[in-house]
Amino acid sequence: MFKKQNYFALGAMILAVLLIFNLPAGVTSRLKLAAGSLFSPLFGLKSAAQTLPVSAADAVIPRRELLQQLENLRRENEQLKVQALQSAATTKENDQLHALLGWQKQVPWKLKLAKVVGRDPANWWHMIEIDLGSRDGLTNNLPVLTVDGLVGRVSFVGLTRSQVVLLGDPNCKASALVENAAHDMGVITASGPLDNSLVELTYLAGSADLKAGQNVVTSGLGGIFPKDIPIGQIVDAQPVEFGLYTEARVKLAANLGALEQVWVLFP
Amino acid sequence: MNALQTILILVVAFVAVFCQTSFPLLCHWFGAQIDLLPALMVCAALNTDLVTVGLLAVFGGLCFDSVSANPFGISVAPLFVVGFLVFTQRELILRELPFAQIVLGAAASAIVPVITVLLLLSGDQQLLIGWGSLWQWLVMTAGGALATPVLFKLLNWSNRAFGYQPRTETSFRPDREIRRDRKLK
Repeated sequence: MFKKQNYFALGAMILAVLLIFNLPAGVTSRLKLAAGSLFSPLFGLKSAAQTLPVSAADAVIPRRELLQQLENLRRENEQLKVQALQSAATTKENDQLHALLGWQKQVPWKLKLAKVVGRDPANWWHMIEIDLGSRDGLTNNLPVLTVDGLVGRVSFVGLTRSQVVLLGDPNCKASALVENAAHDMGVITASGPLDNSLVELTYLAGSADLKAGQNVVTSGLGGIFPKDIPIGQIVDAQPVEFGLYTEARVKLAANLGALEQVWVLFP
Repeated sequence: MNALQTILILVVAFVAVFCQTSFPLLCHWFGAQIDLLPALMVCAALNTDLVTVGLLAVFGGLCFDSVSANPFGISVAPLFVVGFLVFTQRELILRELPFAQIVLGAAASAIVPVITVLLLLSGDQQLLIGWGSLWQWLVMTAGGALATPVLFKLLNWSNRAFGYQPRTETSFRPDREIRRDRKLK
């Protein structure tokens, strides 16, 4: 059963595995990038295949419908322009008040749109891959969000692609604040492996007055996520450790199961 | 066994990893992504040599880890363990029977994630595991079991399509032909 050749192969494999595990972290991450870049042509192919039916459908849209859409967009644009004017006036007023009180001026967000190109094939991580990398200025720990709310943070940056660890993964914790009278604060942690729309909000004060439907936003503490990014809404809450603190389940505002495009937030 | 078969298996592994990362449809339906590499490893261990098994473990494992948050190289050992076990016992396995393929595929698909998770936990990694992981494990096992006969068929077909086939010899031998003529009578 066990031939000499088998022993040799087994020994060689053990040696190879030990060698890979004992490589310096920098070398390992470069090797990981190199191996990951093998998939780039396939990702490109997939992206092209996805855009092909869309562009084909665009080509057959009747002119009347396009003109109608154009008119609608013009109207929307006018409305947004008026809102932007109003918003600029409010921002100016806000800045003046900040200056009067000596508060730090709020810096406007710098965002970059990224396309989701893949998901982690392993079931024990919540991770996606996006098509922006270090050549686009990405670094580790940049917040990632959608128009609905927070998604996660950048965890590994390659030249053209990066990995984003999603909320609900044990490696993506965020300091959060409940928008109630007491402004209760807690930490967003992992929930279960099956439902990626629910996360746990833990380490809330034992006296926290939580009700279903209350909004949860980032608190700005921790140094990674800026303040006031929507996270989700409280589903239910229960006291833990004989009322020492409270834990709540939060339904995420962003649909992490159907992410196609995300925004990376630059400092 | 020829080099083409090894190359085909590695190409299938590459495409399988790409499909797992790019098409999460099964993940949406069943709450778990099916891993095709253990099933492919069973095919390789039953049909090819130990070098191909080793190459598949290294290449497939590294490809999988490169698109995952796994530490690089963690998937190599579990795949090789399964491949090596099947390879050493393959003389006793009725590899042509779909039932044997399904059972082996299920066992391999159940063992590989367990070893991987154990290795990750021993390395102080924080993983997303809980009671729901049992369901995911069952889905992975069932998915791997169903995928194994399909992969067997696919590899057999591609071997027939691209590989050199051994020339079939007829049973007719001219030197053993019974000649019936008048002289013998």
